[in-house]
Amino acid sequence: MDIFKADVAIVGAGGGGLRAAIAAAEADPAASIALVSKVYPMRSHTVAAEGGAAAVTQAHDSLEAHFHDTVSGGDWLCEQDVVEYFVARAHDEMVQMEHWGCPWSRTPDGRANVRAFGGMKIERTWFAADKTGFHMLHTLFQTSIRYPSIRRFDEHFCVDLVVDDGRVQGVVVIDVASGEFKLIQARSVVIATGGAGRVFRENTNGGIVTGDGMALAYRHGVPLRDMEFVQYHPTCMPGTGLLFTEACRGEGGFLLNKDGYRYLQDYGLGPAEPTPRNKAMELGPRDRLSQAYWHEKQKGRTVSDPHGEVVHLDLRHLGEKKLRERLPQIYELAVEYLGVDPAKAPIPVLPAVHYTMGGIAADGRTAAPLQGLYSVGECSSVGIHGANRLGSNSLTELLVFGKLAGEEALRHAKRVAHGNASVAAARAEAARAQAQALVLRGDGTERIAALRREMARSMEDGCGIYRTASTMQATCDKLAELKERYRRVRLDDTSRVWNTEWLLAIELGYLLDVAQAMAHSALARRESRGSHQRLDGFEQRDDVNFLKHSLAHFDGAGAPRISYGDVKITRSPPGTRAYGAAGEQAEAERKAKEAAHA
Amino acid sequence: MPERTIEIQVLRYRPEQDERPFWQSYTVPFTDDMSVLQGLQHIKDDIDGTLSFRWSCRMAICGSCGMMVDGRPELSCKTFLRDLLPGPVRIEALSHFPIERDLVVSVEPFIRKLEGIKPYLIPKEPRTLAEGEYRQTPAQLAQFDQFSACINCLLCYAACPQFGLDGEFTGPGVLALMHRYNVDSRDGGRAERLPVMNAEEGVWGCTAVGYCSEVCPKGVDPAHAVNQNKVNSAKDYFLRFLSPKGASA
Repeated sequence: MDIFKADVAIVGAGGGGLRAAIAAAEADPAASIALVSKVYPMRSHTVAAEGGAAAVTQAHDSLEAHFHDTVSGGDWLCEQDVVEYFVARAHDEMVQMEHWGCPWSRTPDGRANVRAFGGMKIERTWFAADKTGFHMLHTLFQTSIRYPSIRRFDEHFCVDLVVDDGRVQGVVVIDVASGEFKLIQARSVVIATGGAGRVFRENTNGGIVTGDGMALAYRHGVPLRDMEFVQYHPTCMPGTGLLFTEACRGEGGFLLNKDGYRYLQDYGLGPAEPTPRNKAMELGPRDRLSQAYWHEKQKGRTVSDPHGEVVHLDLRHLGEKKLRERLPQIYELAVEYLGVDPAKAPIPVLPAVHYTMGGIAADGRTAAPLQGLYSVGECSSVGIHGANRLGSNSLTELLVFGKLAGEEALRHAKRVAHGNASVAAARAEAARAQAQALVLRGDGTERIAALRREMARSMEDGCGIYRTASTMQATCDKLAELKERYRRVRLDDTSRVWNTEWLLAIELGYLLDVAQAMAHSALARRESRGSHQRLDGFEQRDDVNFLKHSLAHFDGAGAPRISYGDVKITRSPPGTRAYGAAGEQAEAERKAKEAAHA
Repeated sequence: MPERTIEIQVLRYRPEQDERPFWQSYTVPFTDDMSVLQGLQHIKDDIDGTLSFRWSCRMAICGSCGMMVDGRPELSCKTFLRDLLPGPVRIEALSHFPIERDLVVSVEPFIRKLEGIKPYLIPKEPRTLAEGEYRQTPAQLAQFDQFSACINCLLCYAACPQFGLDGEFTGPGVLALMHRYNVDSRDGGRAERLPVMNAEEGVWGCTAVGYCSEVCPKGVDPAHAVNQNKVNSAKDYFLRFLSPKGASA
């Protein structure tokens, strides 16, 4: 097996991984950085992010306002000290991206423009039309080419972490084009592999979003935190789940039921006004909007579409010119995929799984409880999203914490020596044998796609927008059954070169482990908070028992063990989470209380 | 209602067992909203797990799923089976690239070219973070915005007859990207990128067929970028004779 030595190995080369690689390369040009990606970096799913990246920018905005929006948006399950760090560094990172060439949309006088986004009190979302993630990813990838110390392993698929002597010491990868295994020995490892939305049926995610890094860390004893919190984005394409960005509503779009009525006013988000008011109606947070859809569906006020019950995203009043300028990709998607001209007709939409709020447990400096391991981005739970992420916080997260992860991983790498090479090689051989066993198993009967479909259907049924103990238990049981059947998977393809069926089988193993962490964490949380909503006697938030992070611990073939950890509160004690007119009243009361204390 | 089906013929090649590529036919059930990619996914999932192809985002932005569909370079995720009736639909790997397996081509030559043109901002006037962002008006942004929309899907390379004849030709996508930085008001790196642009494999390799722009799924119009640079490159050529200091006056 070929062996490469690096100071820092980064798994995943989307926005978070690239930002980490650049930070490490800038901190010490002599350090060697291995950047591993199962695709070419510009294919990473950061590419599909549309709406924008949040950073306090306008004179009448404040870090405090961004902090409060984020913490209340997360239903007080955020690590507040980490949120403080995040909002304070967001703007510098936007400017850094600008200096690297990111084509941010501009105001007439040439400054970076900002737009409104759901749950954000003041416009602070930087954007590059409606292709923000695409432009950020290409800017970061192209900028990374300047740094010769970043050695890329493109189209290399990670099958294991090398852990020895209580610390992580490298990664084992498959070179997809040849099927050959390689060991990358490293003093620190950063996981930046993105989310796990593909465990659900209807989702906005690319096929590569399969929870790889989460599962790898989890299997080595690192807990997955807050995995029950899965975000449904309210406006997605029926059938495929493709995303219509929240910026559609930030620019003034309406959500209508079958009667053409702006139904969000019935769910504590009103009053309905002709122009968007921040943190109200269509600019409410995603969890509340997806929940309102579910209720409209129960009431029979949705529209029947071949791919399910839909509501209408109405952009007609914005006019073709503005739509072409601000939302060109949305325009293109609606016309080409649905045959709908959004300037002339409303777009049919429904909620689909979009984002995993939870992830690899990380402290405020991105370190996992396993020495030498760091994580950034959707795979990570650094603590800024709580029980519901606000749109446009995640792209900024990639930058702020990507930089931090790169610097921290490098700092650690300088403190420790490479581990025992022969032990690492033995671990890598074991990982190879295990991965190859999947291909060589001749007596299997189970088809990968069948297992994947059953998993995704079961997750949707049991861990969707609203949950009950019986549906979640049924999903937990189903996942146990699927994990058992996974042992009997059979592959058509036994070759080495570009054996994508083999990779799909390994990914299915990752998906099943992550799905179990989600379902069991959900079942154990006997309250409703943010995106986790129950209908079986636990409809309220319960701060006495559940102002806690859940921690799912891997237990081999068995069910995960769930424990709990404290939530860091610095200056925002749990309060009433309200939007629309009620939200403004709650905000005024909070400020009055603060003034009285001061 | 009886299930409708369509025949998809795929040019297969598995280097470990096939001496040469061969056509294989699959019959796939389809609905009007199904893309070619979804047809291939059906084959992979339910008929033949050995068929290999790249894909990810499904929404024409990641650039993974380029292939020849009935002889034309297309993104399979935004090409719909309903438009290819009655079939059979013929799918091959992108033209002009070595096939690694089935519909997977080698992207490395393209990546090497992309890396070779300094595809990053070389600031005209360096600026600290504390100084904030560069001022760039919407009109200045519009100078390069279109050329920054390239998703690296390689369709333009598969369309380019010149690249088919000479694999060294820098090619439409990378030349468009070079133009994107050269005309960015913040950038001062044009002189550093000139050697590639002016080389025989640079803009002068282009024979102005224009098929690249026709197949581009993102409206980048690489042919326009290349043509602009021929004008600029020619100016540099004349300046070299006129100016004692050289081309970058």
